[in-house]
Amino acid sequence: MSNELDYLSRRVAAGKLSRRDFLGRAAALGVAATVANSMLSSAVRAAGPVKGGTLKAGLQGGESTNSLDPATFLSQVPFAFGKCWGETLVELAPGGGVEYLIAEEIGSSKDAKTWTMKIRKGVQFHNGKEVTPDDVVATLKRHSDEKSKSGALGVLKSIDTIKADGGNVVVTLKDPNADLPYLMADYHLIIQPNGGNDKPDAGIGTGPYKVTVNQPGVKHGGERFANYWQADKYGHADQVEIVVVNDPTARMAALQGGQVNMINRVEPKIVDLVKRLPGVTIRAASGRGFYPFNMFCDTAPFDNNDLRMALKLAMDREEMLTKILRGYGEVGNDMPVNKAYPLFAGDFEQRKFDPEKAAALYKKSGHSGSILLRTSDVAFPGAVDAAQLYQQSCAKAGIKIEIKREPGDGYWTEVWNKQPFSLSYWGGRPTQDQMYSTAYLSTADWNDTRFKRPDFDKMVLAARGELDEAKRKKIYRDMGEIMRDEGGLIVPFFNQFVDATGKGVEGWVDNPAQELSNGHALIECWLQA
Amino acid sequence: MSYPILRLVAQRILLGIVLLFAVSVLIFAGTQILPGDVAQAILGQSATPEALANLREQLGLNDPAWLRYVHWLWGILHGDFGTAQSSGLDIATSISTRLKNTLFLAACAAIVAVPLAIILGLIAVRYRNGFVDKLISGLALASTSFPEFFIGYVLIFVFAVHWQIFPSISTVDDSTPFLERLQAVVLPATALTLVVLAHMMRMTRAAILNVMQSAYIETAELKGLKPFDIIRKHAFPNAIAPVVNVVMLNLAYLIVGVVVVEVIFVYPGMGQYLVDHVAKRDVPVVQAVGLIFAAVYITLNIVADIAAIVANPRLRHPK
Repeated sequence: MSNELDYLSRRVAAGKLSRRDFLGRAAALGVAATVANSMLSSAVRAAGPVKGGTLKAGLQGGESTNSLDPATFLSQVPFAFGKCWGETLVELAPGGGVEYLIAEEIGSSKDAKTWTMKIRKGVQFHNGKEVTPDDVVATLKRHSDEKSKSGALGVLKSIDTIKADGGNVVVTLKDPNADLPYLMADYHLIIQPNGGNDKPDAGIGTGPYKVTVNQPGVKHGGERFANYWQADKYGHADQVEIVVVNDPTARMAALQGGQVNMINRVEPKIVDLVKRLPGVTIRAASGRGFYPFNMFCDTAPFDNNDLRMALKLAMDREEMLTKILRGYGEVGNDMPVNKAYPLFAGDFEQRKFDPEKAAALYKKSGHSGSILLRTSDVAFPGAVDAAQLYQQSCAKAGIKIEIKREPGDGYWTEVWNKQPFSLSYWGGRPTQDQMYSTAYLSTADWNDTRFKRPDFDKMVLAARGELDEAKRKKIYRDMGEIMRDEGGLIVPFFNQFVDATGKGVEGWVDNPAQELSNGHALIECWLQA
Repeated sequence: MSYPILRLVAQRILLGIVLLFAVSVLIFAGTQILPGDVAQAILGQSATPEALANLREQLGLNDPAWLRYVHWLWGILHGDFGTAQSSGLDIATSISTRLKNTLFLAACAAIVAVPLAIILGLIAVRYRNGFVDKLISGLALASTSFPEFFIGYVLIFVFAVHWQIFPSISTVDDSTPFLERLQAVVLPATALTLVVLAHMMRMTRAAILNVMQSAYIETAELKGLKPFDIIRKHAFPNAIAPVVNVVMLNLAYLIVGVVVVEVIFVYPGMGQYLVDHVAKRDVPVVQAVGLIFAAVYITLNIVADIAAIVANPRLRHPK
């Protein structure tokens, strides 16, 4: 029996048998899936990555308005291409925690206000120069400048001073923050020669691929950088290429036709059909993104917690998950964080659909008449259907919901964060602190539930400055409890990133941080002949 | 040819230029009333008030409108369309590649579609109201009635996924060799051909049928000419003006209206370029593309007018 499994796992490693088939056969031989899985990964690892070839991705989310300047990165294609040619100080590791790249280690003072980052020696830019602490300082300064247009300006606001000190970079903060290493993983913060001040869109970084083709909105390409510092880990293909394919059907056709090796954003409604196609592997990773129904806690009728709770209890999360995401997600629990976050306490009681209790609370709240819910196609894929499903489950509790479908153009400027009850999405943040600080502090610009509680604000700040993990975890648990029972958001589900790869693509690692294995798919995967 | 016709042509061209100026004013005014704000659109959901204010200042959005119009027009008259606000790239350079691609695709589709439509139209007239006529009309109308994206998907499914003989992704660039380029546009050009075929073919048929009612056609029939010769020698030349008109309209469509086909086949043409920049409220690019599209329409219409004049002896030799 073990001989056969051995043989099979070697076949998988050689790309002659799909992982699915292997697990199926293993199960038939009576081997538990976990054992089979670990056998498999060791076999693949033993066979090792295969060097060579051209790895191509067909991705949604590229426009002809894109630029190579990391400060301007916003959509998926610049994000994924940025991971090919550039590197940040640290990265978000697949299992939580950080992976050290240009920073070799990061340590803090006891009060979590002064942070020292040791810069790795011998890392080369594509122009042949070695990375110095000065380059790092210049990069961080460029992105944290008040005048900068950087997408990372928000996360760097708390920085007071940035200085080079020998082989280190020392950062001091205005307020204590135990999460600084995570902030440095922001994808905008690609380290550039002299911080990119000379030519921000030069596309010169320390990544495994040098930029060879840059046609925004059409195509991007890179060839392997000979002096890359960890060539055994990343950069297996000789060349990488990203083709912008914004149409989902065309993307799937390109994967099936073998024109690309991987695609992002497989629509949940076709996943079950696509799974059966020969050579296509679905890569679904649970993430931190979620699709909330936002209520303004300071606007009638939502300023009444009984009404908010009634609306939460009237949500049939299981049904939503099966019908809207076809199961590619996890049910939410009315808080903006889930188990994909570090320091998340797993012992919350799951909120369930309870029409009777909802009806009782609704009556108690004293509200009458219908409640207006705004939705739009752009809120998230399936948002209009989700609103209608919710309308029906609310009807079971005797709550009347009126749906207003808003035009997609202007939804984010006119409806989201402006109207008291609407659908939205959040991509998630690397840490709980960042998620709460971005949207649930009284002073946050994006407080899209108008949740303003001084005691909650204090807890956010206390947790941020707390270096003792057990204590932090406890505070986060209490915060989650408050959110769940008194907050203004209804979270039906957290979505998964659903990507797909074609024949012979190996080395994929699921990563909850972002789609496409946190953008690493092109640099960590290889083509098995 | 005599002087009056030259004068007519000159008149048309002058009119076209005046029209183009009028359009430029309209485009400029139109983009001013667009809702939203470039700075907000560029920064998207992640805009902070500080970043917004900086960007607005940098983009010169605080000048009065007339001043910006004058600057803009002056630049264009010198071949300078300015730089894209969103990406900072030179607009003229980006557009020239895209325009070349669009013209190439349009030309490929037109080379097939126009002769095909006219020949089918002629055949339909020859066998009017018979089986062949009904078959041609039926097929052409069916292919036009399907939405473009549906035709595109069917072509992709059959030729790119099932048989894998043509690529579904038609990405081309300046370095693509001619033959590869040709192979890349086979599917999109086919889709476009199917979309524009019926209009031209039906118009050809209608225009010639109209002429077929004339007395001189009867004379030609009585002379004993073969039906196809009558159509070719006597009817078609007199039906050219309306046919040219509709052909030009369709050519214009092939250049300015193909964004759906571009998206499906991932073809880097003008349509997608325009849509991206409208979404980002990138006014200089939208204005430049709008002006180019207007120029294409006006030019093609002038050509149609002139062709009609040249084809008609009564207009050619006015009394």
